[in-house]
Amino acid sequence: MTDKLSSPEHWVAQHGDYLFRFAMVKLRDEHMAEDAVQETLLAALQGHNKFSGDAAERTWLVGILKHKIVDLIRKKVREPTLLNVDEPMEFAQDEVTEAMFDETSHWAAPCQDWGSPDKVLEQKRFWQILNECLRRLPPQLAMLYSLREISGMDTESICKDLNISPTNSWVMLHRARLGLKECFEVHWLGGVQEGAR
Amino acid sequence: MLTCKDASQLMSQSFDRRLGLMERAGLRFHLVICKSCQLAYRQLDFMHQLCQRIAAEPVAIHPMQPGLSAEAGERILKELHRKQDGQ
Repeated sequence: MTDKLSSPEHWVAQHGDYLFRFAMVKLRDEHMAEDAVQETLLAALQGHNKFSGDAAERTWLVGILKHKIVDLIRKKVREPTLLNVDEPMEFAQDEVTEAMFDETSHWAAPCQDWGSPDKVLEQKRFWQILNECLRRLPPQLAMLYSLREISGMDTESICKDLNISPTNSWVMLHRARLGLKECFEVHWLGGVQEGAR
Repeated sequence: MLTCKDASQLMSQSFDRRLGLMERAGLRFHLVICKSCQLAYRQLDFMHQLCQRIAAEPVAIHPMQPGLSAEAGERILKELHRKQDGQ
């Protein structure tokens, strides 16, 4: 008999939101995040006897969730829709990067001073704008950037999963970062000025 | 001599791999003489640092992020019960 505190109802009610938010940050996709929560709780149900009780229930569930998130990312990056697009991955967004430099390869526009990233408030706004800016990047670049910077995967495993060379990954991450920098120049300080008005 | 474009590539790669001695020296020298690249590097570092903080503490930003929808919660619960009954 399952005791009340570890029942599926309790898990969904007490930890569902937390697990979903955790997964949303890492996956940035509602359906994938819901899948991750479901997979996690199903695995938890199966492995229920293995739960020793020495870790808090939520910590235990988040531990499972982290593995499920990586599994889902791996599955996602292997989807043909993401990789077999018309243009090869390495050419994605080349023009945008090119346009950021003049003919002598100097910055075409001055770079902004964003100060230091210290306030919690900034962290929330950053996340909002980052999501918006990632949506504007070519999907392969957004996926690569989020694997590297938000999921924190190392270049080696990313290259293996995406079947690209390290050099390729560096070229693409460079494009992703510059694309985001450009997008942030419009929305980051621009937003602050709007807010101050 | 590095151009700003070259320098921006090295800046980006410095977040992904350890740069070689010459690369580091070249980048450092360029940064000393180029104010724009100093700012660009700070911008890239700004984004990198905030991403790292969010990655370490994903739920800290939760006021921006709605929770599980009621439908999804129902669906997941149904799956869990199905699994429980199947055992």
